[in-house]
Amino acid sequence: MITVKKLVKRFGMKTVLRGVDLEVQPGEFVALLGPNGAGKTTFLRILASLSRPSLGEVRVAGYRLPGEAAAVRANLGVVSHLPLLYGDLTAEENLRFYGRMYNISNIEFRISEVLEMVGLENRRRDLVRTFSRGMQQRLAIGRAVIHDPEVMLFDEPYTGLDQDASSMLDEVLRSVAAQGRTVVMTSHDLARAEDLATRFDILSRGIITASVTRNNLKKTSLPAFYKQALAN
Amino acid sequence: MNDRPLTINQTLSIVRRPSPNFLKATFAVVWKDLAAEFRSRELFSAMLVFSLLVILIFNFALELDIKTRQSVTSGVLWVTFAFAGTLGLNRSMSVEKDRGCLDGLLLAPVDRAAIYFGKVISNLVFMLIVEAIVLPVYSFLYNINLFQPGLLLVVLLGSIGYVTVGTLLASMAVQTRTRDVLLPILLFPVAVPVLIASVKASGGFLTSADFASEIMPWINLLIVYDVIFTAIAFMVFDYVVEE
Repeated sequence: MITVKKLVKRFGMKTVLRGVDLEVQPGEFVALLGPNGAGKTTFLRILASLSRPSLGEVRVAGYRLPGEAAAVRANLGVVSHLPLLYGDLTAEENLRFYGRMYNISNIEFRISEVLEMVGLENRRRDLVRTFSRGMQQRLAIGRAVIHDPEVMLFDEPYTGLDQDASSMLDEVLRSVAAQGRTVVMTSHDLARAEDLATRFDILSRGIITASVTRNNLKKTSLPAFYKQALAN
Repeated sequence: MNDRPLTINQTLSIVRRPSPNFLKATFAVVWKDLAAEFRSRELFSAMLVFSLLVILIFNFALELDIKTRQSVTSGVLWVTFAFAGTLGLNRSMSVEKDRGCLDGLLLAPVDRAAIYFGKVISNLVFMLIVEAIVLPVYSFLYNINLFQPGLLLVVLLGSIGYVTVGTLLASMAVQTRTRDVLLPILLFPVAVPVLIASVKASGGFLTSADFASEIMPWINLLIVYDVIFTAIAFMVFDYVVEE
């Protein structure tokens, strides 16, 4: 579903990604872990077609980036630590706007479905700026799945959430993944990543230094694996 | 926080259609901007209050006899529109950047030029509404008739040119930390032709100058500027917003 070969990204003289290779199979939930500055967000922005690769090959859902970016975007849902929502619009107005941008048919029915999925149908007519951080993040997930994407990208989705909100987000993420979507998530929260993902890749200094599936991880804990991968 | 239990493993009923056409995406952006602004009125009220203050200050600062009024009016008007327009452009793009909404727009499977033209149309609507209020207030304060069809045409063409290039540069400036300062520094040099042409053409109408020899060349310049910068923005917007 996602194929990345020898991906390099430079900003001026600074090289952030130094030849990343990654293959994600359909239905896989990959947690991309690494320290600050490792290039996780840059990598996800390239997959999301928000940033151009300097070198290398990137394919998402069978389409090549950046040449077929519009087709990639039609199959992609992105959630970051920012909500990507308009505070002066209500929850349903936000979803209606994004629904129009994705040309979704039967849009009012879809809005109701998505709001029910993220547990916000009772707040559908409230302005998003009155929402708590956790509610905004759930609505952000609703926005990201409104067009039923095959691939979901989550960039630090737990940033700024308290324990209750994080637990609720766990539920929403599980429901998103349970529908057979391919998911790539960056996170610093190893416990949550271990709970959700089926594979763990460590990105450090611009390359993927280690990768392990959940089944193989059973011999050791994720924090120990992470620590060892960074030490190498 | 809403404590209602989440419904898990729901199957969403999706009927996907091809990517929206250019016009549909453009007007979705316009609808979103107008709906948000008519609710908050942040951008509009800032532009309007600023404009009214500027023409009031000029009213007190300049000793104006009837003849002087006619010669300075076009300059005062366009200084007011340009500064108020910059406020509006900055605010319009800041709203997109603050909550990451610009990324949300850029993630949509539409031609990115549609996003640009949506922003241009909504910015133009805000600017024209402010101008529609400022012109009668100016007419009242300075006792001068500004409601001449030719002058209104110049206001429209000048505003289109200013907003066209302003929206493009605002989408560049908004990526930087110094966006509030950077936009006028980038915009005013590029907008000089449209401002000079607007001031000259407006002044021509107010002083009843010869249309063919003194006004028409400036209107032609405005039309050419509008067309060229619309074409340039159409071609480069995708590169401006992508990292």
